[in-house]
Amino acid sequence: MAANIYPKYQSDGSRLGNLLEWFDVRFPLTSLWRAHLSEYYAPKNFNFWYFFGSIALVVLVIQIVSGIFLTMNYKPDGTLNAAGIPVAFASVEYITREVFGGWFIRNMHSTGASAFFIVVYLHMFRGMLYGSYRKPRELIWIFGVMIFLCLMAAGFMGYLLPWGQMSYWGAQVILNLFSAIPLVGEDLSIFARGDFVVSDATLNRFFAFHVIAVPLVLIGLVVAHVLALHETGSNNPDGVEIKKFKDDKGVPLDGVPFHPYYTIGHDLPAITIFLFFFFVVFFWPEGGGYFLEANNFLPADSMKTPNHIAPVWYFTPFYSMLRAMVWNFFWIPAKLWGVVAMGGGVVILAFLPWLDRSPAKSIRYRGPIFKTLLAIFVVGFLILGFLGAQVPEYCFFGLSWLPGAVIAQIFTVYYFLFFVTMPYWSKIDKCKPVPERVTFK
Amino acid sequence: MNGQMVDNERRTLILATSAVGGAGVVAMAVPFVGSLAPSEKAKAAGAPVEADIGKLKEGEKMIVKWRGKPVWILRRTKEMLASLETVKDLLADPESEKSVQPTYAKNAARAQKDEYLVVVGICTHLGCSPSDRPADGNWKGGFLCPCHGSQFDFAGRVFKSQPAPTNLEIPPYKFLSDTRILIGDDSGASREA
Repeated sequence: MAANIYPKYQSDGSRLGNLLEWFDVRFPLTSLWRAHLSEYYAPKNFNFWYFFGSIALVVLVIQIVSGIFLTMNYKPDGTLNAAGIPVAFASVEYITREVFGGWFIRNMHSTGASAFFIVVYLHMFRGMLYGSYRKPRELIWIFGVMIFLCLMAAGFMGYLLPWGQMSYWGAQVILNLFSAIPLVGEDLSIFARGDFVVSDATLNRFFAFHVIAVPLVLIGLVVAHVLALHETGSNNPDGVEIKKFKDDKGVPLDGVPFHPYYTIGHDLPAITIFLFFFFVVFFWPEGGGYFLEANNFLPADSMKTPNHIAPVWYFTPFYSMLRAMVWNFFWIPAKLWGVVAMGGGVVILAFLPWLDRSPAKSIRYRGPIFKTLLAIFVVGFLILGFLGAQVPEYCFFGLSWLPGAVIAQIFTVYYFLFFVTMPYWSKIDKCKPVPERVTFK
Repeated sequence: MNGQMVDNERRTLILATSAVGGAGVVAMAVPFVGSLAPSEKAKAAGAPVEADIGKLKEGEKMIVKWRGKPVWILRRTKEMLASLETVKDLLADPESEKSVQPTYAKNAARAQKDEYLVVVGICTHLGCSPSDRPADGNWKGGFLCPCHGSQFDFAGRVFKSQPAPTNLEIPPYKFLSDTRILIGDDSGASREA
């Protein structure tokens, strides 16, 4: 990091100035500020797709603050209270109904989880549109995939904590994924639960992971993600390197200082997005049954699975891939294929920087093959997400010749083919010439 | 430092220190990792459970909690038992070769007494509890897992091309009398069709 090239702060003799100088001698305050904000040059042609990184950071702060306050009244205890209700479930009801502002903090945290995934999915899609994962930004992308995995872990473990029916059976299904692994699977799944069934032991460890372990790793990864970004510089909607053309001071000609341009520039979109966010928090916290599922308002019952069980919406595309695998091939049982598809669906993203061989990074200059395949990819991903929330025997429009299960299988295969065949079609696609410098009106 | 300047004595010391330190880390990891495994209390909570089946009518199912899992006791009707033969060709493991059950339940009815099916009501795919699905048209009746759609017949046998790899597990059990079943202990139990 180029933290030492900046001169130390010189006091103007005022008290505040003296204090700053005293501080700056002992801590790289101004150099950090300059390297990462006031003299971090971001391309001037950012469009709205570039808001979501900053927004994700704000959502992270919301989750941490609301999470800290939730732990003050939440009890990770799966045993039954005097009224026969699990203590954990009752404590969430207590927070919502009897703690002052509790409903607000709880809704903010549950809506925040969904908002986090909306923002992160859009942020990742931005990366695909403009080739943000391409050389030299492979590591930023890989840290990003790891952040995505951490978010999934946090979302999954956090979902067990209210100890409702969906919490319980969702955890049951996902922890049983381990049992698909040959030989050690069954033991691994018992080890992960800490019991032979999902129980109080499982709830306690999920609490520990959700509030301490995962957030710590997550924050570390976010720091790594941003540091790696500031090392290479941001990509932009044209997919060209702004560092190629610099003025005599070494400042990219097409760059503007991140602060104040984007710190202020991202305020209006942030305010707009959080207007929607708080509308949901105040008036629509269930999100139509997608943010908070109806069955989760029933306490966990280990004797009965709800008739319709589906994960929260942000897992449904990958859940569809799990369900799509019903054939045994190559001596590998369908169950293991399902797990491989679900995990592989996330992990394959990490290889994107090496799968994409296109001469142009940005969709603006990429050819018709990419545009067509990406459009189908997006539609397919959304359909997988939709189907993952439906019952297995769902048919579109109730038509038996449009069975959801088969359509999910088709798009699961497409999802993987899109990545696996990318080295081939991305190379032969007819790209337009890429300009030397960014286009900006 | 280049290759020729390596001080061999110091290098040996570094190696020895790293080895001892590494062993210490591994030793320290044992209690941490071990603490995640089921505790003694969890391991001990597997006592047999008794169920009274005296009031169970034909075609009725009751659920008993054993080791934290639902165990179903289904009193099968003649039609249900007859359906076991009809669906045989559609099953993935009709003879229960790959499935888990005590030897006295390794038969078409998967039971000690044909009339009573005693089965762990947990899908062998990913552990949801299947729901009852009565006969309807071509469907001869059985169970449907709400999570991933696996279908089972009235002996808990899985149909072909379903996510579940094997039939539902049959727990050890024995009849204490005509109206009482002990789940979790099968000493002296045998098949009595």
